[in-house]
Amino acid sequence: MIEVRNLSKSFGTVEVLQDINATFAKGKVNQIIGKSGSGKSVLAKCIVGLYVPTKGQVFYDGRSFHEMAKEEKRQLRQEIGMLFQSSALFDSLTVMENVMFPLKMFATKSEREMRDRALFCLKRVKIEGKGNKYPAEISGGMQKRVGIARAIAMNPKYLFVDEPNSGLDPQTSIVIDELIQEITVEYDTTTIVITHDMNSVMGIADEIFFIHNKKLWWQGTRPELLNSGNKELNDFIFAGSLMREVQKAMKSG
Amino acid sequence: MALLFHIGRYFMLMAEVFSKPERLSIYWKRTLEEMDLLGIKSLGIVSLLSLFMGAVITIQTKTNIDSPLIPQYVVGFTVRQSTILEFSPTIISLILAGKVGSTIAAEIGSMRVREQIDALDIMGVNSAGYLILPKIIATALINPFLIIISMFLSIFGGWLAGTLTGIISSADYIAGIQYDFDPYIITYALIKTVVFAVIIATVSAYQGYYTIGGTREVGISSTKAVVYSDVVILIMNYLLTQLLLL
Ligand SMILES: Nc1ncnc2c1ncn2[C@@H]1O[C@H](COP(=O)(O)OP(=O)(O)OP(=O)(O)O)[C@@H](O)[C@H]1O
Ligand SMILES: [Mg+2]
Repeated sequence: MIEVRNLSKSFGTVEVLQDINATFAKGKVNQIIGKSGSGKSVLAKCIVGLYVPTKGQVFYDGRSFHEMAKEEKRQLRQEIGMLFQSSALFDSLTVMENVMFPLKMFATKSEREMRDRALFCLKRVKIEGKGNKYPAEISGGMQKRVGIARAIAMNPKYLFVDEPNSGLDPQTSIVIDELIQEITVEYDTTTIVITHDMNSVMGIADEIFFIHNKKLWWQGTRPELLNSGNKELNDFIFAGSLMREVQKAMKSG
Repeated sequence: MALLFHIGRYFMLMAEVFSKPERLSIYWKRTLEEMDLLGIKSLGIVSLLSLFMGAVITIQTKTNIDSPLIPQYVVGFTVRQSTILEFSPTIISLILAGKVGSTIAAEIGSMRVREQIDALDIMGVNSAGYLILPKIIATALINPFLIIISMFLSIFGGWLAGTLTGIISSADYIAGIQYDFDPYIITYALIKTVVFAVIIATVSAYQGYYTIGGTREVGISSTKAVVYSDVVILIMNYLLTQLLLL
């Protein structure tokens, strides 16, 4: 479980997030949605400590990140897996080496066990044939999958996924979504997914957090999402024609 | 104000760089890779420049001091002294700042803007140490070799130019480069070289590490890396010359 308390973040004089309070439950897919530039990635980076919040605190299972010593923070980070919006694979390493990287840095395993683990993770994202390729040699969608494989290599307790679906075809997108859901349930991770893909939200979200106008504007479950009566939220989720059709169908019973 | 900010942040970054590494074996492997990339791959340009540098010093010296009162061996002597004291350690380091410094800043800068440094941090890896320390050690170890090679080639280039054009006899030149030799100047040159190597690696890494933005900013960081490395090298050159030779 991750709790965010009174979190605000400004860059210089520009405020991006204001007084965010949220609880992300364990074993659940928590999805953060919001317009491009609304501060979703910044929120995720504040939670994992890549950005220092201007105000507020973050608690990992009751442990305040803010108050941890440097060494404790490093320890905690080995429990965090994160897929970045840009995938952030290391260009000079092969796909296999990328997935093995965190294991090599921290795990006390033999080379063979690490290779097996990496292969297992690559299989989970259905990309095991590409182990010897370099990131530049595979497609953007494949890079995302490798990024997920790397994020789960260390069996994280907390999984952050920033836009896993952008740049993916609908079918692959569903495969990735299901994978994220499976991992969450199977390993009981606290999963936070950032997305603006409504398919993904309707597919796997357990709890939805809508960021708008610097604030946590709305929070609720999938069934609640469609009948929130919240204008800004509706403007966001019904912007696409597919969702408009869904809404029409619901209204007509 | 901005200068103080950068100096402060530079030293804080260095404190990170030199804090305890995760896996020494991984660092060592990275250092060897960097020695190849930053050192061995600079050998060509360093050799070429050094040969021509020595050649030009010889011709310049000869044409400028052509007087019956000055003995012929002075040409070789001048080439040796100026090569070892300044041209090889300083000029070649400035050239390396251009080549190696821009490479370092571009590499680290693009890792920053493409969230790869975030990825390292999030894994709990000391990103500053992992990325920067191998580069510092690699340049500090390899640049002295480059500079020694440069010294030989520069003096050889002088001989080549002098004898081929016939402005000085081989015997006079060789007498000159042996005249009144104090080995301390080599020590002095190598101390400078190592200091300059550390400046190139750290100043450039600093520029790359704190890049904000996209590919355009990576280019800007890369340019800044070269300019600031050069400025700091020139200042340190002055200070070290005063400190070590006066
Ligand atoms: N390091 C930074 N320095 C200054 N401003 C920043 C920084 N990072 C993000 N911002 C600003 O914060 C705002 C929110 O950015 P963020 O990347 O969180 O958006 P997002 O919701 O993830 O958008 P997208 O869906 O396009 O990824 C943007 O206006 C951005 O310009
Ligand atoms: Mg984002």
